[in-house]
Amino acid sequence: MNYTSIECASSTSEQFVPMSPAKTLKVYWLETKFEWLKTIRNPAFALPAILFPVIFYLFFGVLMNHGNVQAASYLLSTYGTFGVMGPALFSFGAALAVERGKGWLDIKEASPMPASAQIISRLIVSMIFSLLIIISLGIIGVFFGGVELSVFQGALLSVILVFGGLPFCLLGLALGMMLKAESAPAIVNVIYLPMAFLSGLWIPITMLPNFLQTFANFLPPYHLSQLALKVMQQDVGDSVFTHLLALTLFAVIFFVFALVAHKRKQN
Amino acid sequence: MQQVNSVKHSDASQVVASIQGLNKSFSNKQALCDVELQIKSNQVLAILGSNGAGKTTLINTLLGRLKIDSGEISIFSSQPGSLAVKQQTGAMLQVASLPETLKIREHIQLFQSYYPNPMDYQKVIAYAGLESLQERFSKKLSGGEKQRLLFALSICGNPKLLFLDEPSVGMDLSARQSLWKAIRDLKNQGTAIVLTTHYLEEADSLADEIVLLKQGAIIQRGTNEQIKACVSSTTIRFTTPSYPIDFNSVAYLISHDVSGKYTAIQTNELNQTLISLLTKYPELEDLSVSRAGLEEAFLELNKDQLAQSKTGKSVINKGEAA
Repeated sequence: MNYTSIECASSTSEQFVPMSPAKTLKVYWLETKFEWLKTIRNPAFALPAILFPVIFYLFFGVLMNHGNVQAASYLLSTYGTFGVMGPALFSFGAALAVERGKGWLDIKEASPMPASAQIISRLIVSMIFSLLIIISLGIIGVFFGGVELSVFQGALLSVILVFGGLPFCLLGLALGMMLKAESAPAIVNVIYLPMAFLSGLWIPITMLPNFLQTFANFLPPYHLSQLALKVMQQDVGDSVFTHLLALTLFAVIFFVFALVAHKRKQN
Repeated sequence: MQQVNSVKHSDASQVVASIQGLNKSFSNKQALCDVELQIKSNQVLAILGSNGAGKTTLINTLLGRLKIDSGEISIFSSQPGSLAVKQQTGAMLQVASLPETLKIREHIQLFQSYYPNPMDYQKVIAYAGLESLQERFSKKLSGGEKQRLLFALSICGNPKLLFLDEPSVGMDLSARQSLWKAIRDLKNQGTAIVLTTHYLEEADSLADEIVLLKQGAIIQRGTNEQIKACVSSTTIRFTTPSYPIDFNSVAYLISHDVSGKYTAIQTNELNQTLISLLTKYPELEDLSVSRAGLEEAFLELNKDQLAQSKTGKSVINKGEAA
């Protein structure tokens, strides 16, 4: 069997060509482009992700509160937070779990695609969705809800919410690595909706019982919504630093979970 | 420039990957046991085995997707799973479904972008026989079409080493034929191909070397002819007559099997058995004689020890003895 010498093989490996920066950039561009196409072509995801927060806000924030500008302005921040969580949890969590479960990620992992391309493309797509949701909510709030929002406040709110989606993307990533394809969408919903309620995204946190207000400190959406509410001085009053620290901590924890789930697969 | 050189030399097969003393177990089950393999350019290596024999585990370790317990794997003189190896490797794995809302053209374009020197788009499409399906969404593909797309994705990077895990599942006859043609073509251009399959006909038609896996161990290896030769018996088949046959009186008979319309008997001494059979039963109809094919060899070699002692037949299990 050993009649062919192994040295021959080394000549083959000389053909290893590193990817040029332009080609590497193209991988990220195409990955993002197709991730975007994949997502918007799937109405089962794209429509609810945008419509749910928009309809909820229109209904509870504008139509049902009879011109209460304070409430419309408050709910703009909290439904904004709610809206940002959706794409992050579903595009990373549920969609990733489905693709992983069907064996599709195996094919991608066997290819020389940089692993980060997969994550960054999803991150960008989920941020674009977040931005679309925030703009829609902003338009409804300003034109129909009477919310007074300076350009600076609007921009600040958008930046906070878009980048504040990061911990939720990492939570989605961790869920996507751990969940089974069949049960992923259901489980993501079971986490998404109660967490939104308990963080005071639907009903102002101050209207919840005391023990729930304390408990909310352990939920990432609470901290993001408080940061967003600070833009119009409607927050409970904790420091920016506290909320940033909490969100960073959650992001690190979720990232570690995702890494552990990934490592476990290799054994 | 290197490539031009290697194309010229591509008649000679080189060792592309070598695997030594490979062991892998999951919790308490031994999945791969002391596997020794060499994968060579210009060759198709077929890995056969029943479900759970370790075929997919073996491929996953070669792709660097599973950690091994002990042993050594060297691919292109590098570690499996390293970027240098991935750039020269293609893998067609078993995938239940692809992201549904992308078109075939888009899937291929994306995979081409992963490689420094991708295969020409038209060439990929032609190899995979997808000319008329380029704009189709993957959600609308049949099982065989999905396999063709996966094959296309596996060759996007002009691989020097190509893993095909059950490639022709769900393909109709003509799709399978054109897949085989593409595989032969790639092989003739120097690609080393590792194929796992349930279709023994596929292995018979494509493989230069066959390795038989059983419970994670290689129990037999060789060319198609060598594997077939492991089973020295010949099968005599005829239409089951209306009267009963006294099989005990037939000379040199190893085993017999009456299944419905046809009766089949195995023998080591064809002439003696035929004489004794036809002397007693001269009116047998539709008599045919066939040498053991790959399928018989496969079944025979895969039988467990218990079944072997039952039939009173000894099978040469070189791999197990070693």
